[in-house]
Amino acid sequence: MKTAVIRFPASNCDRDAAVALEKITGRPTEIVWHRETSLPDDIDFVVIPGGFSYGDYLRAGAIAARSPIVKDIVRRAGKGLTVAGFCNGFQILTEAGLLPGALIRNRNLKFVCRPERLIVQNTKSRFTSKYTAKSEVIYPVAHHDGNYFADDATLNRLEKNNQVLFRYADNPNGSIRDIAGIMNETGNVFGMMPHPERAVDPVHGGTDGLDFFKSIIESI
Amino acid sequence: MAKNKSEITPEVVAEHGLSTQEYQIILDRLGRKPNINELGIFSVMWSEHCSYKSSRRHLAKFLTKGTRVIQGPGENAGVIDIDDGDAIIFKMESHNHPSYIEPYQGAATGVGGIMRDVFTMGARPIALMNALRFGEPTHWKTKQLVNGVVAGIAGYGNCVGVPTVGGETNFHKGYNGNILVNAMCVGLARTDNVFYSAAKGVGNPIFYVGSKTGRDGIHGATMASAEFDDDSEEKRPTVQVGDPFTEKLLIEACLELMATDAIIAIQDMGAAGLTSSSIEMADKGGVGIALNLDKVPQREDNMTAYEMMLSESQERMLMVIQPGKEQLAFDVFQKWELDVAQIGKTTDTGRLVLKHHGKKVCDIPIAPLADDAPNYDRPHSKAPARDIIKSKDVFETQDYNDALVKIITSPNIASKRWIWEQYDRHVMTDTVDSSQSGGDAAIVRIHGSNKAVAITTDCTPRYVEADPYEGGKQVVAETWRNLTCVGADPIAITDCLNFGNPERPEIMGQFVGAIEGMNEACHAFDYPVVSGNVSLYNETNGQAIPPTPAVGGVGLIQKIDHMATLSGAKEGDTLILIGETSGWLGASIYLSEIQSSEDGAPPPVDLEVEKLNGNYVRSLIRNRRVHAVHDCSDGGLAITACEMAFSSNIGVHLDAAKNIPTHGWLFGEDQARYLLAVEEHSVNPIVSTAKGKGIAAQVIGKVGGERISAEGAFDVSLNGLRDKHESWLPELMNSTVKDAAE
Repeated sequence: MKTAVIRFPASNCDRDAAVALEKITGRPTEIVWHRETSLPDDIDFVVIPGGFSYGDYLRAGAIAARSPIVKDIVRRAGKGLTVAGFCNGFQILTEAGLLPGALIRNRNLKFVCRPERLIVQNTKSRFTSKYTAKSEVIYPVAHHDGNYFADDATLNRLEKNNQVLFRYADNPNGSIRDIAGIMNETGNVFGMMPHPERAVDPVHGGTDGLDFFKSIIESI
Repeated sequence: MAKNKSEITPEVVAEHGLSTQEYQIILDRLGRKPNINELGIFSVMWSEHCSYKSSRRHLAKFLTKGTRVIQGPGENAGVIDIDDGDAIIFKMESHNHPSYIEPYQGAATGVGGIMRDVFTMGARPIALMNALRFGEPTHWKTKQLVNGVVAGIAGYGNCVGVPTVGGETNFHKGYNGNILVNAMCVGLARTDNVFYSAAKGVGNPIFYVGSKTGRDGIHGATMASAEFDDDSEEKRPTVQVGDPFTEKLLIEACLELMATDAIIAIQDMGAAGLTSSSIEMADKGGVGIALNLDKVPQREDNMTAYEMMLSESQERMLMVIQPGKEQLAFDVFQKWELDVAQIGKTTDTGRLVLKHHGKKVCDIPIAPLADDAPNYDRPHSKAPARDIIKSKDVFETQDYNDALVKIITSPNIASKRWIWEQYDRHVMTDTVDSSQSGGDAAIVRIHGSNKAVAITTDCTPRYVEADPYEGGKQVVAETWRNLTCVGADPIAITDCLNFGNPERPEIMGQFVGAIEGMNEACHAFDYPVVSGNVSLYNETNGQAIPPTPAVGGVGLIQKIDHMATLSGAKEGDTLILIGETSGWLGASIYLSEIQSSEDGAPPPVDLEVEKLNGNYVRSLIRNRRVHAVHDCSDGGLAITACEMAFSSNIGVHLDAAKNIPTHGWLFGEDQARYLLAVEEHSVNPIVSTAKGKGIAAQVIGKVGGERISAEGAFDVSLNGLRDKHESWLPELMNSTVKDAAE
C-alpha cells in the first residue's frame, strides 16, 4: 500500500503520521507539499495531519481547505480514494466539505491534551474493521477547536448510516452526541480529533492506534 | 515616537537608563555627542538585560567546562555532546516583566524567544519546559495572570508543534507584584552542524528573515532592567506580540537552509532586536557591519531609524550568507513565504554604520559597545544566618489526616493538571514521560534511537531566601537528583537567575551567595552551566521577589528500557528510603502550611552524600532492581509517598518513625533522599549493598491496597486524597476572587 501525508506550512504532526505509516506499512511515505496541484497517481491512502496549517488565525483549517492540494484530494476522494484527517486534518476535511459538520472551540475555551477513552461505534468500516464492536480504545487528544457540531438532521443521518465511528467516553470538548470521529457516506473519508498516530508505540503509553492503521491496510 | 530629531539633553540620557558616568564613557569613545540613534543603541547594549553589568563578574565564576560540553555560555544556547554525533542544545530564559504587564503575549513571546535561541544554533527544538512563579492564590491579580501565562505558553508552543513536557509552578505572596515566567527549550542537532553567531569575512551579505519590523517592544530590554511601580501597566506597548505561525516557518526554513553550506553566521533578533543581533555578530567576528535600513521589511509606515533599531518585533533572524549563495537563501525563505531581504554587508571598519533615506544615521565603533560595557562590582551583604529549628521544637499536629490534606492541597503541592493539560505534551511522538506522571524529570526520546534526554526545572526559593548559599546548592542538587531518579546521567544545566534590585546590597548578597552555592554543587557533580540568563530588578514599589535562581538540568538516558519513573509501584512492593532522615522542619512546607511560618535554616545539602546516594540509586535503576523511584523534596516523605501512590494508582503504608518525632519523620525535608518501590526479593540485597557503601537505606513501608496510611499518623483513601489533590487548582481557577481594585 502506498501512502502520503500532506504538509501545510504549519502542519506539525506530519512527521508523526509519516512515522506511524512507515512503521505499519513497512514502506516509505510520500510527503506532499500543500502547493502541489495533484497527488501522485499511485497513492492508496492519504493522511491530512494535525497542526495549525496556516496558523489557524482564521477558522481552523479554513485556508488549508482552499489550498491547491486539497482541491485534488476532494477530486480523488470523489473517485473513492481513502482519506483520513486527524485533528487539524479533520477540521480541514469539514471545511473542504468532504465531511459534514464543523469543529468549534472547546466547551471550556481551553486547549486540552490528554489520553482520551473512545468507544468504537461501528466496526464495519475500512477504518475500524480490526476493532471489536463497542470496544474501548485510548488515543491522545490535543486541540483547542475540537468541539464537533452539526444540526440534528445531519446528526440523525450520520447515525442512521453508521457514519459515527468513535464516541468519547469522557467528552473532553463538548462535542455534540459525544462524537469523536466520523466518515462520509461512501465510507472512504474519515476524520477525528484524537490522534491514532500518537498511540502506535509502547513509548506513547499505548498502542491502540495500531489497529486503526491495520484496518486500512487490510481493506485496501 | 519621532525621536530622531531630539536634542540629547541630560533628561533624554536619563530616560534611556544611562547613568552620567556611562554617558561620559560614550562621549569619550565617540569623541563627540551621540545622535539619538547612537544613544539608543548604547542604551540597550548597556542595559542590565543585554550587558549583565551587575552580574557578569559573578557569572564568570561558574564551572562551564566538561567532557561533554561543546559550547558553554556566550552563544545563543549551550551545546552538549550526547554521543553518536548527536548534540543537545538548550537554554532557559526569563520573560518576567512582559508577562506581568501582558501575561498572554509576555509568556508566548518568552517561549518563542527561547526556541529561536535554540534553532538559531542548528537544532530542531524537541522539548519545552517552564518554571512559573505567581503571587498568592487569593491575590486579585493571580488568577488572571495564571490564565494568561498558561494560555500564552500553550498558544505558542502548541502551534509551533514542540511538546511542553514539564515544569514547575509555585505560588507565594513574594511574587504578587512580579511574577516569574522562565521558559526552557531543548533542541537536537548534529555535532558537526552547529551554527554560531560570529560574523566572518568582509563584504559578505547580511540577510534579514522573518516577520516585518514594527513598533512593538521598543525598549523592552530597558524595561526589563528597571523596577515596577503602580504605573507599570502603562508599559504595555513595550510588550511584543508573538506569531507562532511565523516561528514555525522560520524553524523549518532555517533548518532547511542549514542543511546546505549557505550560512556563515546566524543570530536571532531577541532583546534589543536588530541592534544587539548585528552588534553581537560583528563583535564576535571582529568585523564591521553596514546596514541600509531602507531595505528592512517594515510593518508600519514612516518608521525612524531609532524605532527600527530598537524594535523587538518577534520572529526575526539575521544571518551572514556565503557569497554566491544568496539565491539559494532567497529560494528557501520564499518557499516558506517569509519576508527576506539583503539589508547590508560585513565590513573591515570595525564600525556599525547605518544608512536611512540615503543619510548616515549612525556611525559608531563596535568594540566599545561590548568591551567598555559597564561591569559593576556592586556592594553585597550577607543576611545573618537563621537559627536551626529542631523538629521537637515545632508544633506537632494532633490530626495527621487533616495535616496531610492541608499539605496535599496546598498551592505548591497540589496537582497542576489544570495547567499542563493545556500543553501539547505528545506532538513529535517521542515523549516518554511528561508532567502527566508527576515524575521528577520529563523524558524525551532522541528521534529514531533508543536513547533519551531527561529534563527538569527546579528551584526552592524559600530555601534560597533562608540561606542563599545552601539554597543555591540545593537547587542544583535537586535537579541532579531529579535526573538521577529517572536513571539519567546528569550532564549540564542552564540557569535563570531571578532576583530583585542589584543596587541594594542585601539583594546582591542573595545573588552572590546563591551563585557560590550553585557553583559548589556544579563542581561536586561535574555538572557545568552551559547557558543561562539573569533577570534583576524584579521588584515592585521596593518589594523584591524571593531570590529565585531557577535551574534547568539535562541528562542522558543511554537506553530507554533502563529508566524508571514514580509510576511503577506494584501491589506487594516494599518501600525503601535511601538517605538519612533527621526530621528537618526548618523552612519546610509543613511549617508554612501548618504553622504559617517560614522560619528556620533550610536543610543542609551534603554534596558528597548526594553523589553517593544518587549514584547508587542510578545503578539500581540501570540494573532494573526498582519498580518506582521518587525523590524526597517538598513536603517530605509523606508527600513523596502520596505522589508515588497517585501516579502508580495503588495505596501505600508507611511505618512509624524511629527515634524522631512523627511530624519530622513524615514531613521533614532532609536532602539526598529517594523513595524506592522494590520487589520483596530485592530488599535484602539493596539494603545490604547500601550498608557496604556507607549509604543509609531502610525499609519504611509497603505498597498495596487503596489507602494511604502511616503508622500512628494518617489513614485516608487513595482516591479521596487524589481527588482533593487534583481539585485545588481547578477550584481556584473557577472561583471568583474579589478584585481588590474594585
